[in-house]
Amino acid sequence: MVEVVDHDIIIVGSGIAGLRAAIEIKRQDPSIDVAVISKVQLMRSHSVSAEGGTAAVLYTEEGDNIVSHAWDTIKGSDFLADQDVVWMFVKYAPSEIRQLERWGMPWSRRPDGRIAQRPFGGHAFPRACYAADKTGFYEMQTLYGRLLGFDNWTRYDEYYVTSIVIEDNSFRGVTAIDMSSGEMVFFRAYAGIIATGGAGRLYKFTTYAYTATGDGLAMAMRAGIPLKDMEFVQFHPTGLVPSGILITEGARGEGGHLLNAKGERFMSRYAPKAMELAPRDVVSRAIMTEIKEGRGLKEEYTGLEYVLLDLRHLGEEKITQRLPAVREVSIKHAGIDPVEEPIPIRPAAHYTMGGIHTNKYYQVLSTENKWVKGLWAAGEVAAASIHGANRLGSNSTTECLVSGMIAGHQAAQYVQKLKKEGAQLETPREEIESEEKRVYDKLLKTETSNVSVYDIREEIRTVMDRYVYVFRDEEGLKTALRKLREIRSLVEKSYPEDKSRVYNTDLIMSLEAANMADVAYVVTQSALNRTESRGAHYRIDYPRRDDENWLKHTLAILTREGEVQFSYIPVTITTWKPIERKY
Amino acid sequence: MVARSKFQELLAATRQPPKEVTIRVKRYDPETGKVWYQDYKVKTFRGMTILDALLQIKEKIDHTIVMRYSCRMGVCGSCGVVVNKKPSLACQTQIAAVASEDKPIVVVEPLYNFPIIRDLVADFGDFFNKHRAIKPYIIRKDPDEVEKGEREFIMDPHDLHEIYEYSLCIMCGLCYSACPVSAGDPLYLGPQALAQAYRFIADVRDEGYEERIKIVDTEHGCHRCHFAATCSAVCPKMVDPASAIQRLRKIVFMKTLGFWKKKKITQIAGPLKEPLRQIEAKYAVENILEGVDPEEQAKREEKIDLEL
Repeated sequence: MVEVVDHDIIIVGSGIAGLRAAIEIKRQDPSIDVAVISKVQLMRSHSVSAEGGTAAVLYTEEGDNIVSHAWDTIKGSDFLADQDVVWMFVKYAPSEIRQLERWGMPWSRRPDGRIAQRPFGGHAFPRACYAADKTGFYEMQTLYGRLLGFDNWTRYDEYYVTSIVIEDNSFRGVTAIDMSSGEMVFFRAYAGIIATGGAGRLYKFTTYAYTATGDGLAMAMRAGIPLKDMEFVQFHPTGLVPSGILITEGARGEGGHLLNAKGERFMSRYAPKAMELAPRDVVSRAIMTEIKEGRGLKEEYTGLEYVLLDLRHLGEEKITQRLPAVREVSIKHAGIDPVEEPIPIRPAAHYTMGGIHTNKYYQVLSTENKWVKGLWAAGEVAAASIHGANRLGSNSTTECLVSGMIAGHQAAQYVQKLKKEGAQLETPREEIESEEKRVYDKLLKTETSNVSVYDIREEIRTVMDRYVYVFRDEEGLKTALRKLREIRSLVEKSYPEDKSRVYNTDLIMSLEAANMADVAYVVTQSALNRTESRGAHYRIDYPRRDDENWLKHTLAILTREGEVQFSYIPVTITTWKPIERKY
Repeated sequence: MVARSKFQELLAATRQPPKEVTIRVKRYDPETGKVWYQDYKVKTFRGMTILDALLQIKEKIDHTIVMRYSCRMGVCGSCGVVVNKKPSLACQTQIAAVASEDKPIVVVEPLYNFPIIRDLVADFGDFFNKHRAIKPYIIRKDPDEVEKGEREFIMDPHDLHEIYEYSLCIMCGLCYSACPVSAGDPLYLGPQALAQAYRFIADVRDEGYEERIKIVDTEHGCHRCHFAATCSAVCPKMVDPASAIQRLRKIVFMKTLGFWKKKKITQIAGPLKEPLRQIEAKYAVENILEGVDPEEQAKREEKIDLEL
């Protein structure tokens, strides 16, 4: 039997949502013993990459109001958001921004010393609070620093969680591999918060960090928890070729042009008025149309096709002053100076709208729509759902803060109650032993596998990039499903070549591959089922939104046989009826 | 504001890299105690970074090599290694900037001054503890101001500018790896922690300077630095820990003499009396459900207490 480690509350994931939850628990009740478990060191999560801003209504004296923030979010979601959850979200957003400020966040400032806000696509008011172009990084730094001020919590840096253990519809704990020793641990607790982020690394070309492989989503599914609306993946129009690193919308805001291989400003064909500043999904589809019709360029080494973002006409002065990060990133990561050359770009996977099925309090729900006692999900991994079919820029970090706060608040209350009742921690031996076997059988298998886990990962990403990208249709999605089915069976047959215990990333890569394959399969099948176009999900064969049949959430459940079953639940509409989404 | 000259230095990275490059990696196997250098030949492409090369090795040549990485855009701080004797972020170091057709070889080692877990992976436990020791968070004499305040602290843009460059730290450990004092004194707080101590002491919202000054005013604190300034030379975020340490010393010195007093401490803002702009944030009215008033819904309190 593996080592058992006890805590009151376990938080899996150390991004903005996970850290915010940990702080909320500690400030409510310093005696609660919290564990923060993360596959990376605590300050390394993908949240640090968030750039532009965090949306909240701060200064109603200047004309902003939360009704407008709610409406913008619902309209942006293409009416798939649950409106009761959106209300909660917009009401708690302002206090989160101000709390971060008082914890030391270096928000950019206005001349009067208050928090600066900038405009963002889809918002009727400039309400994106920002800290230069490093908003997510500073939020992480501030939360991490604040957490360091508390005692009686434990960080488990570089522990890779492999399963969520649930028994009698109650959370029991998680199993994890301590990467520094290779040993498995069962973390036992009264309550758990899953905050593991999105799954952008299902795609080859993505703005996400390498570590965003959708582990929490796959683990939840294996534990019998449904995933909601997984077909909705947001693509950002301007990812830098070949790495996928985000080139901010600001580059177009400052006057950058999008050019095809013939040097034409092709946006005139797709959005003659808004041109380069049309909404994200419109620009992404325009770029992919140019490429599909043969007017793109091709990168020699990776084979990636792309178009150009030209800033040269802005001149060195303006580029250096207004877009220093764009110039720095282009030089350091692509070896291209935008003063001299146009920047190669193409749409990149940017956000996972779907996620673990939760209610408005971020309590994780079972297939029977009942709370899995003691379990919450927060941040991008959760689908409450605020973003519906399409997330507005600057709403994601806000959700991380609000959902982390709510989950932490409730988890603390839950633990206080259980302790008062004298509840004991439980150890479901059978489940832990079978998980131990699943993980270590892989490691200890002495035979060499003829399937490389790296080839498998590459194949998943290739399939997703090709068939489950900006444009989708039945034929492509069916092909993708067939290929992913083969890949899922191959994953079983691949073993790590590295047999050592200490810091075995080869083993982690192969466990991640299994997660990626399962999540990719769900995304693809959800996309195939949804025969309409809504928000980020665009079906060439069904180009219109279909409220009559599809104004509903997808729920995907993994069966014991490894197949996926679907059911649908209605969208909660409390204020606004769906209308056409025009900008 | 980023100076033009900074970009001039960077432009070496825009050259074409050599077609093929040898990556010589210092490896360490903790299970046998063996240390060795291993050469890998890698085909390059324009824009290829050291991290790209290491990942290519991991995926195609040797699955047992290990390194730490995540964001690959220079902001998470994971991938610090030593490239040709210089502590660097693997994801921000272009092959073209460190190798050429004449010298198509790059030596990659784990960070200096850190215990090594395996291959290129360093143990940051001690480094993180030193950072924690300087209390990297806002401290007020009345803690309720931080935890229960209604609004934000007022902070003049100029006061933000004073701490801004020191706040850019991504905890990558390059400064610590380059520091000759950290190499010799394992108790030395090091450039990262000291720079952060200065960042909070200088923050106009903070009143915890007394306790922080005590923490840095020791033989293993700011006085231990002998100003090699290698920390600032390798910082990928231009934090300049060397200048922060000099400023700390000045504060400690003047305070000992009784001449130092924090110049400015800011307070929580009141309601906004002088709006800077007036923009009407609209919302749709034509499709509101019958009998519903969104303004009234907006006023309803949302309870988040657990109901069992």
